[in-house]
Amino acid sequence: MSDRQRGVLPGFGLSMGFTLSYLGLLVLIPLGTLFLKMAAMSWSHFVEVVLSPRALAAYRLSFGAALSAATINAVCGLLLAWVLERYYFPGKRLIDGLIDLPFALPTAVAGIALTTMYAGNGWVGQHLASLGIKVSYTPLGVVVALTFVGLPFVVRTVQPVLRDLPVAVEEAAASMGAGRLQIFFRLILPELLPAAVTGFTLAFARGLGEYGSVIFIAGNMPMRSEITPLLIMIKLEEYDYAGATAIALVFLVASFATLLFINALSLRVGARARTG
Amino acid sequence: MPRIFGRQREKPSSGRARSLTEPAPVRWLLTAAAIGFILLFLLVPLLLIFAKAAEDGFGAYIAAVSEPYALAAIRLTLITAIITVPLNLLFGLAAAWAITKFEFRGKNILVTLIDLPFSVSPVVSGMLFVLLFGAQGFCGPWLQEHGIKIIFALPGIVMATAFVTSPLVARELIPLMRGQGTEEEEMALTLGASGLQTFLRVSLPKIKWGVFYGVVLCSARSVGEFGAVSVVSGHIRGLTTTVPLHVEMLYNEYQFVAAFAVASLLTVLALVALVLKSLIEWKTSERGAQR
Amino acid sequence: MQIRQWISIPIAFLLAVCGAPLAGAADISLLNVSYDPTRELYQEFNAAFVQYWKDSTGQAVKIQQSHGGAGRQARAVMDGLEADVVTLALAYDIDAIAGTGFIARNWQSRLPHNSAPYTSTMVFLVRKGNPKNIRDWDDLARPGIEVITPNPKTSGGARWNYLAAWGYALSKHGGDETQARELVTRIYRNVPVLDTGARGSTITFVERSIGDVLIAWENEAMLVVSRLKPGDFEIVVPSLSILAEPPVTVVDRVVERRGTRAVAQAYLEYLYSPEGQALAAKHYYRPHLASVVAEYAQQFPEVKRFTIDEVFGSWAKAQRTHFASGGIFDQIYLDR
Repeated sequence: MSDRQRGVLPGFGLSMGFTLSYLGLLVLIPLGTLFLKMAAMSWSHFVEVVLSPRALAAYRLSFGAALSAATINAVCGLLLAWVLERYYFPGKRLIDGLIDLPFALPTAVAGIALTTMYAGNGWVGQHLASLGIKVSYTPLGVVVALTFVGLPFVVRTVQPVLRDLPVAVEEAAASMGAGRLQIFFRLILPELLPAAVTGFTLAFARGLGEYGSVIFIAGNMPMRSEITPLLIMIKLEEYDYAGATAIALVFLVASFATLLFINALSLRVGARARTG
Repeated sequence: MPRIFGRQREKPSSGRARSLTEPAPVRWLLTAAAIGFILLFLLVPLLLIFAKAAEDGFGAYIAAVSEPYALAAIRLTLITAIITVPLNLLFGLAAAWAITKFEFRGKNILVTLIDLPFSVSPVVSGMLFVLLFGAQGFCGPWLQEHGIKIIFALPGIVMATAFVTSPLVARELIPLMRGQGTEEEEMALTLGASGLQTFLRVSLPKIKWGVFYGVVLCSARSVGEFGAVSVVSGHIRGLTTTVPLHVEMLYNEYQFVAAFAVASLLTVLALVALVLKSLIEWKTSERGAQR
Repeated sequence: MQIRQWISIPIAFLLAVCGAPLAGAADISLLNVSYDPTRELYQEFNAAFVQYWKDSTGQAVKIQQSHGGAGRQARAVMDGLEADVVTLALAYDIDAIAGTGFIARNWQSRLPHNSAPYTSTMVFLVRKGNPKNIRDWDDLARPGIEVITPNPKTSGGARWNYLAAWGYALSKHGGDETQARELVTRIYRNVPVLDTGARGSTITFVERSIGDVLIAWENEAMLVVSRLKPGDFEIVVPSLSILAEPPVTVVDRVVERRGTRAVAQAYLEYLYSPEGQALAAKHYYRPHLASVVAEYAQQFPEVKRFTIDEVFGSWAKAQRTHFASGGIFDQIYLDR
């Protein structure tokens, strides 16, 4: 690689050096300790810990709840983006501005607010309780918390695409006698899909690792409402550093792999939507 | 990857032809559903925070937020943000500059590595620093010998926060600078400007709103970080409790009104971030319109 | 004018933030790392000790507090949280810290009464009028009863709860381990929320109105009944419970390094003094000192209590069989 390829701009060494050392010191070395710590474990012990029924239940809940929440956000996010972009109603700008609140609001604050609100004696919880639905302290509570933290993502990825959609295509289709539903499903949705999948991925990723808002609302029952980050925390509090490290490592690799997979998928979906 | 906070570039075209929109009942239904969702997930929790905070009146509210431990927590949080945000800003600028202005092998890997902290659960991020600097950790014994405190003190809290928020500025700037190319900088250089001048006079003005935006985002997240800080804090009242941890502590002491009062401060801060964000959008769309 | 007023509020606030004391003007500081339900006790005790120390030595001492689930707190000390004294829920957690060399192994014999300046026990907190008619441990295992207790893996109080139930069943069934396991399994089947600390459980039961009965520290239950929500709850004392001894000790390695041994030692000894004992009793911990015991006799009901060594041999043994990874508690959860 020659300087010519790099261009004539200065500062490559400086910026690259700073980037790499910052990343190395702050991110890579700490992450490396995870592997070092694990290397001190025997293989059989590692397998025993990471495949213990309690750990499996925690992975299942973490992935399941994050997936459900991201799906809810995908559907509701499309709806919100659509309503915010295409319709007019009073208070619209306010709502549009508030969409990002879950991103800016500290998760612990969200946690205590949602718990208080959905608890059996809370503002919303009491009405749900009379219908026989329990939210706080159940896996459903986890989904609610994750839906909250992932709410902005799909809306914000879909909105710009929807805004830039050429009206001419819809006009042409309408003049050829296509109905609104047909236009939506055949023309508009395929255009929005890649953005929606990206938003879904981001919401999913955020939900997987989420801790602050979930611990207040989850109930934290082993095998039932215990998310993986909490299990890691509990392992630490039992002084089981090796166990905590092993589960953290598996969880990290699994979430990273899932993200890569969904990213690859969204590229394919995007490609198909463009060609098809 | 798209930006996380979306940006409104122009007003949506209003007054669509009738054939290009849905029948009125469908519109109402969809709007109602959307508002219902927002109500249930955003507005009610938001109102609840302020309602609970105000439950015992104004005096109790002021007392809760001006109590010495609350003030110490606010100060610690501000100090943490004041150290974290500039570091992450520098990192974001450097990373974006290296990635968008130059070609090199392994660029994609670097971009992935920058994003890596996003897929690490905050609890795990906190744990990493315990494994590294804790008394039982890799550097622990050495640090103890030399009397250096990292974990359960400011450095640990700053590191954990910086880890979690490190991708924010970089991810804001990379897409922005990628779209801008290098011609203007090259021209400035051929006209005899120094590298630093070029950066300050040519590059920075083009990305100033993106920088501002990243800083707002990073500040909001630094102030609110809970999981990672919780692991490394030690929860010493008035010394290593940040505001979110202080909220949790009050909540665990049956001081619900005080907990929500302090939480409402964080909420106001979050709302300020949202207003700043809207301001940036308005500024950039104005600039875009002038072009 | 009005605008100026509005601006002055945040400015005054910011000034207050900057002026807030981080360490304060003290000659010496102590950090007491404690467990969940002692918050109110140590808040008052610390103030009393600061005064006492000022009067007797002229030195200004500042005491910092940290509270949380016992496991989290002990872990933090092992990871290097510079606690001069630890006041935890049970001996096992301090043993664990001693295992890393921070505390001398013989710590428990350094202060009177197994280093436990006050004792407590586990009782039931039920809703007003005891609608589910809960009288004893067997009632907790009845189908349809919701029991609130924290996670024994992370909370010291929860471990006392668990062992109290186990010991009760053993004594009732003549030492039959399978009967004990059966009872405890059925109780945990009735638990809908397993918080990580005693405080979390109390909040779940009291504030969120979940569950029919909370197994709680006696002091925590009394705090709820007499101060937090008078009239809404009742305490039920089981026929047999456990003698809970929350121990205290000086963290040797830290006080050596910081040169705080004298004040740390005095701090713990002050817990045994008439003033300290009275404060403990006031916050519903059972005192040892005869005069204070007599004074607060009305407050504490008669409870038959067994000790952990009588029934389980030692904390280390109990921990290994019941709460270690793969132990009986884990097995119970897999059976659910």
